Amino acid sequence: MIIDLTLTAGEVEAIGLSVIVASSACAIGLPIGVICALALSRGRFAGRVVLDGLVHLPLVLPPVVTGFLLLMLFGRTGPFGRWLEQTFGVHLAFTTSGAVLASLVMILPLITRQVRLALESIDPGLESAAASLGAGPFDRFCSVTLPLMSPGLASGLILGFVACLGEFGAVITFAASIPGETRTIPLAIYGALQAPDGDAAALRLAGLSILMGLSGLILAEVIGARLRRWVQGRERQA
Amino acid sequence: MSLDLDIKLRRGAFALSVQFATPATGVTALFGESGAGKSTIGQLVAGLIRPDSGHIRVNGNTLFSSGEGINLRPERRRIGFVFQDARLFPHLSVKDNLQYGLKRSHARPDGAASLVDFDVMVDLLGIGALLQRRPGGLSGGESQRVAIGRALLSAPDILIMDEPLAALDFARRGEILDFIVRLKSQLGLPIIYISHAIDEVARLADSMIVLDQGSVLAAGPVSEILSTPDIVGRIAGDGWGTLIEGRLAGQDLSNGLSEIAFPGGRIKVPQIHGGLGLKVRLRIPARDVILALGPVTGLSVQNALPARVEELLHGVNGQVDVVLGCGPTRLVARVTHAAVNRLDLRAGLDVFALIKSVATDRLM
Repeated sequence: MIIDLTLTAGEVEAIGLSVIVASSACAIGLPIGVICALALSRGRFAGRVVLDGLVHLPLVLPPVVTGFLLLMLFGRTGPFGRWLEQTFGVHLAFTTSGAVLASLVMILPLITRQVRLALESIDPGLESAAASLGAGPFDRFCSVTLPLMSPGLASGLILGFVACLGEFGAVITFAASIPGETRTIPLAIYGALQAPDGDAAALRLAGLSILMGLSGLILAEVIGARLRRWVQGRERQA
Repeated sequence: MSLDLDIKLRRGAFALSVQFATPATGVTALFGESGAGKSTIGQLVAGLIRPDSGHIRVNGNTLFSSGEGINLRPERRRIGFVFQDARLFPHLSVKDNLQYGLKRSHARPDGAASLVDFDVMVDLLGIGALLQRRPGGLSGGESQRVAIGRALLSAPDILIMDEPLAALDFARRGEILDFIVRLKSQLGLPIIYISHAIDEVARLADSMIVLDQGSVLAAGPVSEILSTPDIVGRIAGDGWGTLIEGRLAGQDLSNGLSEIAFPGGRIKVPQIHGGLGLKVRLRIPARDVILALGPVTGLSVQNALPARVEELLHGVNGQVDVVLGCGPTRLVARVTHAAVNRLDLRAGLDVFALIKSVATDRLM
């Protein structure tokens, strides 16, 4: 069997859209993940357990259920959806922004876990030392905590990005599969498989997914190792 | 008075209730066994732990007062803190570590200048060759020197050192101790030195506060506390002896000896280099003091100090610590019970304390 490796315009569009959706979801997800991780590992407030459960819920729910819940909350008739439309004229369901939101919700537990692990591996004594040297809480966070957890941030970001590229259930439920709008790579593969002669297209995109996923994992490993070496203060081997 | 502290703290079974004030200059040792509460006091002063009640003042500034409702944040207390484990920032170079506190002290509204210039500090600590290195590659001794420099450059009002030698091997301890002695003489900064090693305290500190199970057992000048036999016995263990402080009073170059004048007499010790009047601190180990009822001849011993027996402390294993008054100075001689009987040692008896020059241990 000979497969034509040339990508069609629709496939290129799906790849571009995937990258845009994944980048946006990661860009918004990282600060939220950092805040959640900080709250979960250092906060002492009543709703901590609730927040913990809420952040991690998409990890244990079928993605389709997550998408359905998003539809109930952010759909046209949902409480948040209606408010967003009335206040800002924005609607999320069945739009690119909706695909971003669905992806974001799915990868938030991943990012939060990575950041939290990084945060908890930092010696709290270093922050006490920074305080004794005159650094206030925000200064300490920026000059000590943030750089020291950068390996966790980087690997969380890359893993989150790769996971976004593969997000299917929540995206198709909440944002549907609109070409050029919400049809990302996995949705395009699914669509190709539904078509009578879509096998070649599905194979091309599947191969591409494998490539992107693997490079992401390798990249996360390499960058993580580099940053870890940096934050541990080891000198380059002469 | 540099540090004035009166605090109470209860954490589970541990209760801390201390009150003391330290002199305005010099090194004050917080001495005690582990669990005595000395490190806790360091952290209370630095603001890393909050006391239940009381007050903490440094140079007249209130850092904490339960009565006035004051509790300054650690970053506003201007306490230089040297931790046992150095705690250098691993992601920054040695230079950036040193400048971490320095930069922030410049940004302070009072604009307090550091005691010493960056280059002078680097010179003083001998860390010039390390500036571009990263902490991960430094030895324990190097790390601790950088940590000391980093704390001092933050322009603190007082320096707290929490067992800075504990994580170092024996050879490095002497090196860092020498640096601290040098700092002490070159900077006018009061230092609180937390330690459970009596020899470090005896070498370094001017005054000391002895802590025991969360309260103050004794406080005062080191020369006074370490020459009080019953306190020394409790805190330094058997046979440590006593400390005498005096001044270099004469040199006997041909014999390689120096003479130290102390309140109550003169003692010859192995040659000490330095000008007359130099302050010298000696430890006289109890087991190296021999008692004689009269002047003796035909012995190699260099020192025969007239003294009077003040007290007999009976220890275990038939050993007796004889406390001697040599003028205002106390000495302890450890002898056997048999010797006490044979010489009929009792309080009030005049004796000679024979001390070999080489048995004296110069601490300062």
